[in-house]
Amino acid sequence: MAFDVVASARQEREEHVPAWRRTLVTGLTFGGFAFYFALVGIVTMFHGRWIIVDTVSLGHALLIVTAGAAGLYIAYKARVGSYQELLLQGAGAGAIVGAVMSLLVLVIVNFKLRFIFVQLWKPLLKALDFGQDPWTAAVILIVGGAVFGALGVLFFIMNPAIRKPIVAGLVAAGIAGLFQELIQLMIQSYGTFRELFFTWDGMTLQGAVILFVVFAAISAFWGWRRESLNARFERLPVNRQKTMRVSGYVLAGLLVLVFPYLAGNFIGQVLMLVGLFTLMGMGLNLEIGLAGLLDLGFVAFYAVGAYTTALLTASSDAAFMQLPYWVAMPIAIFFSICVGVLFGVPVLKVRGDYLAVATLGLGEIVRVIVLSDAAAPLLAGAQGILGVPRPWIGNFELSTPVALFYLTLVGSLIAAYIAYALENSRLGRAWTAIRDDEDVAQALGINLVNVKLLAYGLGAAFAGLAGSIFAVMLGSIFPHSFQLIISINVLALIIVGGMGSLPGVALGAFALIGLPELLREFGEYRFLFYGLVIVIMMRIRPEGLWPSASRRREMNVDEEDRAVVEAELAASKAPAKK
Amino acid sequence: MTAAASSETRNGLDRLKDLKRLSFVDVILWALRIGVLIVVVGGSIGTLIKGRYSMEQWFDFFMFGLTIGGIYALIALGYTMVYGILRLINFAHGDITMTGAFSAYFLARGLDRSGFLDANPVISMILIMGLAMIICSAIALAVERICYRPFRHVATLAPLICAIGASFFLQHSFRGMYGSSIRAYPDPEWMKGQVNFLSFEVPLYQFVVIGISLAAMLFLYLVVQRTKMGTAMRAVSEDRDAASMMGIDVNKVILFTFILGGCMAGIGGVLYCMVYKQIYFYMGFLPGVKAFSAAVLGGIGNIPGAMLGGLFLGVVESIGPALFLDGIGIAAPYQLRDLIAFTMLVMVLIFRPQGILGERLATKRA
Repeated sequence: MAFDVVASARQEREEHVPAWRRTLVTGLTFGGFAFYFALVGIVTMFHGRWIIVDTVSLGHALLIVTAGAAGLYIAYKARVGSYQELLLQGAGAGAIVGAVMSLLVLVIVNFKLRFIFVQLWKPLLKALDFGQDPWTAAVILIVGGAVFGALGVLFFIMNPAIRKPIVAGLVAAGIAGLFQELIQLMIQSYGTFRELFFTWDGMTLQGAVILFVVFAAISAFWGWRRESLNARFERLPVNRQKTMRVSGYVLAGLLVLVFPYLAGNFIGQVLMLVGLFTLMGMGLNLEIGLAGLLDLGFVAFYAVGAYTTALLTASSDAAFMQLPYWVAMPIAIFFSICVGVLFGVPVLKVRGDYLAVATLGLGEIVRVIVLSDAAAPLLAGAQGILGVPRPWIGNFELSTPVALFYLTLVGSLIAAYIAYALENSRLGRAWTAIRDDEDVAQALGINLVNVKLLAYGLGAAFAGLAGSIFAVMLGSIFPHSFQLIISINVLALIIVGGMGSLPGVALGAFALIGLPELLREFGEYRFLFYGLVIVIMMRIRPEGLWPSASRRREMNVDEEDRAVVEAELAASKAPAKK
Repeated sequence: MTAAASSETRNGLDRLKDLKRLSFVDVILWALRIGVLIVVVGGSIGTLIKGRYSMEQWFDFFMFGLTIGGIYALIALGYTMVYGILRLINFAHGDITMTGAFSAYFLARGLDRSGFLDANPVISMILIMGLAMIICSAIALAVERICYRPFRHVATLAPLICAIGASFFLQHSFRGMYGSSIRAYPDPEWMKGQVNFLSFEVPLYQFVVIGISLAAMLFLYLVVQRTKMGTAMRAVSEDRDAASMMGIDVNKVILFTFILGGCMAGIGGVLYCMVYKQIYFYMGFLPGVKAFSAAVLGGIGNIPGAMLGGLFLGVVESIGPALFLDGIGIAAPYQLRDLIAFTMLVMVLIFRPQGILGERLATKRA
């Protein structure tokens, strides 16, 4: 899928907007965002988690960021104006954001709208009124909005050498505050060290200040000394450099390997889910990222892998036999491949938008059949299959999440190698060719049928492996685990990470699966965030956070093309003026 | 597929050679066709021989099919018009339907509690549907602005993916806003009761729903055929560039299309909720996919096709479980009702992507 194929030339015209209008529009837009966050309950939910105990909650942080973003946006958009003017505009926009929220406070106090908007009642009020009466709260909100709006502007126009340490300090303190439960769990044996930063309720103000100062200082030092450190590294002999680099990578790899073992079962469980979705992401990546086949029925393959494993190994009556896991897993993968190919055959000639809906239909067919009573004698229907045993290696049962995580990791690494090899093979190039233009690819002698079916089959194999591990992870499977939302999930993580990019898939899985698991506040609204993230990524950064090398190249080429086109346009206009 | 369809002039030996050229893909496709045919024919014969269902029951199925089919048709019109103009599937359309119906629910509940809904059925229905239409149009415009306009000059899958994101965003925004519980749609007194029609007893609400949906479709047809804006719409769907050269404001036409689709979705959504008497945030998905199937069935981009496809899908879906599935001895056939719509969607996309009435547009994208 080439995302930047310009079908017709269009030139954007920058209009001059008067300052007051920009302030008003920006303020109302960001105020609208804040209003929306409050209305769907994100503010209430986030207010339940302290970043700094009794001082700043995540909900307040969200509002602060919204007001700051309004100021930032103004500074970003304004091409002209003195610092004072910009600061004034930023403060104005921030004040409007605050005003919108204070309006919300007054509405909650004076009207009973809870039977329509379920969030408009006391908890939200508690998040917005700072324990004051409504009018005082309104003043606080407006003044606070103005301050943070102005700070947003200041943030944009300040010297990068000062900005970077501030960002580093804020990010470090924010992360420590957000993940305080996990961090405390890890450092609980170092009592005094822990008490420096945390109480059992969360991070203390003292801890936040220490973290901010320390990380800001580190960042400032790094900014100051980076050049000379790099120069010293450059001066080293080449093979010393190489050994240092390699040992750095090995050390990082070892840390990643050992981390879940040290961090315990909760982290192990989360990382294992990330691993499963990375596996599926790599599979779907073969279909979408390389071959350009937008498949919304991907969850079907996952279901086949899980059900085959369960039917072959489980101790319940529904199962056919009790094979060991290591025999059942290859069979499950094989079945997934078969289903993938069968799935691909009907939709061979369907392209683009139609393909998405056709595969969605096929995926739903699989789900409806699995759920139905008609297939219940075979697949156990809505009751699901219980008693899937854990895999054994010799006398060691892989029963803890951490052990299963290592299983997933091994599977993912093998799959990643296969995906990498495929990408750079003849087949991978054929996929890229049909992605870019099916008709041309066919004219060049690529057998569309075989190549597409291979994409479906191999993509399905990855999902089948993921499903198989999923079955042993849960120990039981139910049809409700295989909803359309899984396909959307995988799609979202590919888009976030970058289509066609393997490290991107892992990054996307961590951001979209790992974070919501770690922060239950995000977990509640994860699907909302998925939708939002898909839209925002497509609008702002369609190549993903970690684009593949080829995609990066394409993007650059497009930029150059555009520059050439623009230059030509400018040239053609110039004589007309004379 | 074409290999087996040989002409009359060839002799038997040539045909045998054609058979040899059948690839395994063709075999699977033929197996699929024959399998569906066996289920349909075998099931129908089996059911009719068993005679478990009386004439009244078949008529009930048929009328319910028309009722629900009319609603599918209304929603399908939104898909088909947007496809006609932009050549894109508005994936979020099902959820746009939900937004209107869910918002109108609160008005309907208020009217129901105050007794106004029973006292003035016509005015209150106009109010409820009007609100749903306004909300749906507004959300449809927002979706157009956010997901489609930036990609209008770019030929990629990006708008579709964006619309998938918008669909989930809408669902879960409304879940956050209105809550995740299933709420009971008001069930006014005047909608209950039976009417004697052709010596069959038919629930009154079915007539109401069919009547409203037919009236809405007629209105839409007149708008598209008789008004200046409708003519502009048709011109843009024929050839966007040429239309713009003739002085048609393409942007305005696109916005108008989304508004019109949103209005139909608003009416359809309210009717859907009145039939099933409940609403929740995920409710838009199923009618959305089915309406899309209906649009494809009739030939996407084709307005009468969408109407016909909707009615046809509704009737088949309503009669299907009893007629096809019961006959071949499947347990609990009604659980598989959704299967019929999905199977029809996939079958049409595979074997006749231009639909029953034929797509008026180039099939390049399909």
